[in-house]
Amino acid sequence: MEATISYAVQVRITPRPGILDPEGETIGRALGALGYDGVSDVRAGRLISLRLEADSAEAAQAAAAEMCDRLIANPIIEDYAIQVEEDG
Amino acid sequence: MRFAIVRFPGSNCDADCERAVVEGIGHEAVYVWHKDTVIGDVDVILLPGGFSYGDHLRAGAIARCSPIMPAVLEFAGGGGPVIGICNGFQVLCEAHLLPGALIRNRDLRFRHVEVILRVERTDTVLTDACVPGQRLRMPIAHGEGQYVADAETLAALEADGRVVFRYVDERGEPTSSANPNGSQHNIAGICNAAGNVVGLMPHPERAVSRLLGSSDGLVLFESLELATRGKVAAG
Repeated sequence: MEATISYAVQVRITPRPGILDPEGETIGRALGALGYDGVSDVRAGRLISLRLEADSAEAAQAAAAEMCDRLIANPIIEDYAIQVEEDG
Repeated sequence: MRFAIVRFPGSNCDADCERAVVEGIGHEAVYVWHKDTVIGDVDVILLPGGFSYGDHLRAGAIARCSPIMPAVLEFAGGGGPVIGICNGFQVLCEAHLLPGALIRNRDLRFRHVEVILRVERTDTVLTDACVPGQRLRMPIAHGEGQYVADAETLAALEADGRVVFRYVDERGEPTSSANPNGSQHNIAGICNAAGNVVGLMPHPERAVSRLLGSSDGLVLFESLELATRGKVAAG
């Protein structure tokens, strides 16, 4: 099998709604301490980027989703969003 | 009886577990390396505490991909006792042997304190030498010990009596101030449906002698001995 196209994949992982995010809450409090009023719902996540060989953008997307379900994210506590771009 | 202690890079409670097994209850302990694929002839598997793989990605997430883990899953699937302590509990959750997840402590701090546990269930491999409601003192030492699960999972855990240990105060009440990490329902440890896989954040292996401040952890190792002996006799 020949995988022909290189894709740049970015996975954005965020705590699921309803899951406590002590880091986000702490950032929010610190922003308040700096005088930023009106800030709310601060959530802290992580960004993971990788390069992936695949036959198509759809295949890259599907492969990345499987990786997220199995390792990169923990679906019990985290949501993920995948962005796939052809890697020129 | 023989206990396997699985060592991952970053495990740091492996020697404490060995000592608890050998000196605490007088049994044999063997170390199994995470790159091994065979556990061998053992009666109990212990996943010790520590910081496997530097807690990269999420605590326990990388360890559960280790070559040894299929053998751990197989052993658990066959009804063998598998106990995860602290990081080991995190590994069991990541491996989906136990439901839910352990996230950063409520106050973001690494907490190293003595806690009081209330034994909620005495028909698991880790608690069958305990009496219902027994209180045990032992330390916790973790930064990511806040147990969370979705509402449905949590309700099922409670309905099925799969909460094995809860953080309680001196009066035995699961209060918010007795909860060191913000765990839902003050959960300190849970088991699978069959009761042969148990995970807990506190460290019984650090409470096996009065010199260590508490010997309350010993009863959990004695429970494993009792459970295994029963199985050996029956088998």
